[in-house]
Amino acid sequence: MQNGLHWGVFFEKASANATYLDWIVAGLQVTFAVGLLSWLLALALGTVLGVLRTVPNRLASGFAAGYVELFRNVPLLVQLFIWYFAIPELIPGGDLVKSLNPVTQQFLAAVLCLGTFTAARVCEQVRSGILSLSRGQRSAGLALGLSLPKTYRYVLLPMSFRIILPPLTTEFVNIFQNSAVASTIGLLDLAGQGRQLVDYTARPYESFIVITAMYFVLNAAIMLLMRWIERRTRVPGYIGSK
Amino acid sequence: MSYQISFSGIDADVIKELGDGMLISLEITLAGVLAGIVFGSLLAMMRLSSVRILIWFAQGYVTVCRSIPLVMVLMWFFLIIPQFLESVLGLTGATDLRMTSALIAFSLFEAAYFSEIIRAGIQGVSSGQLHAAKALGMNYGRAMFSIILPQAFRNMIPLLVLQGIILFQDTSLVYVSALSDFFGRAYGIGQRDGRIVEMLLFAGFTYFVICFIASQLVKKFHERA
Repeated sequence: MQNGLHWGVFFEKASANATYLDWIVAGLQVTFAVGLLSWLLALALGTVLGVLRTVPNRLASGFAAGYVELFRNVPLLVQLFIWYFAIPELIPGGDLVKSLNPVTQQFLAAVLCLGTFTAARVCEQVRSGILSLSRGQRSAGLALGLSLPKTYRYVLLPMSFRIILPPLTTEFVNIFQNSAVASTIGLLDLAGQGRQLVDYTARPYESFIVITAMYFVLNAAIMLLMRWIERRTRVPGYIGSK
Repeated sequence: MSYQISFSGIDADVIKELGDGMLISLEITLAGVLAGIVFGSLLAMMRLSSVRILIWFAQGYVTVCRSIPLVMVLMWFFLIIPQFLESVLGLTGATDLRMTSALIAFSLFEAAYFSEIIRAGIQGVSSGQLHAAKALGMNYGRAMFSIILPQAFRNMIPLLVLQGIILFQDTSLVYVSALSDFFGRAYGIGQRDGRIVEMLLFAGFTYFVICFIASQLVKKFHERA
């Protein structure tokens, strides 16, 4: 910190047609894209698993329970490395994956890893949401002649999602935080750009302060958005609804 | 499948090296849990006190820690803070601050998560207990330490252990500092021997066994209690 902080550094040219600020923006876009895509995957897969966990079929609920245990008890970093380094070696057609450009490979590994990891958490939330509904809801759906899938689609899931929205919000915020792990396989997301900035600008303090602040702002923005959605979808008559 | 999996590379030497790495992982976990509970209790008590500045401080601390990815925190502690300390304290570059940095980083970061568990635990104790303690002439601090916290901790044990398991998994992130914990060593050996796939699967399996057994024990303990 010889000369004090020097914020002008971000407007200097990093290459012919980009400033360091452009790098930060690019990193933010990658973090955003990874977070959003893996969230869609997590939500879809997690909902299916959550339903399987509650259907009256041992095999299905056992499978979903096993999935949750597997993905919850292995560190995220290890899962990411397995997706990135091991899976392409082990699956048929892995050579095709390895022939992709490295950035695409990193991106793909990050999205699949975060999506499947978070799906385990979403599954548990969906399950607890469904179990929190009174049993009468399921029985009423079936008694009205709805098939089991239709009971889930029109009765159980819409209600549970409105109830479990707050914990899902937490998972949504977490997925953006967890996405920073992807910088370890070289993905140039926000955290990855942060490291690169330190190397190129030799301004570690300024770089890290800005990158950390970006995470902070991203987080706050998502929180506010989700609060707003929560307010609009709250189920009247439950604790937490006003 | 062109790749031939072979776990024969995992011999006694490798196991010994991994074992040493596991000790580092466990050391960080243990330190993180202990410091997390101590700092976390302080934060929780601040949060529940009636002094506005303390409430703001505790709230701000938790919010900040929850908004920043652990990877970022660790990078701060590994890339920035050692340099800063060296220049301020005039240490030579030879001093290895990585382990110290890791311990401090995890302690401070996890304190935020522990404080939320502890706060919920304290709030779960009936308020009559506090009134009774005060009626007996105890001041706030004394009532907390002798009456409220012992009851609160008893109820919190399962959640604290689960948080400990998460912390144990998170210690693998010291990878960003090249500190050779269990995972760092497993990956390093894999690179050295050209057996990355096997070593990653083996590392994942080891973490799974440890965390699965620990979480099942918590469940059992919780059901009995």
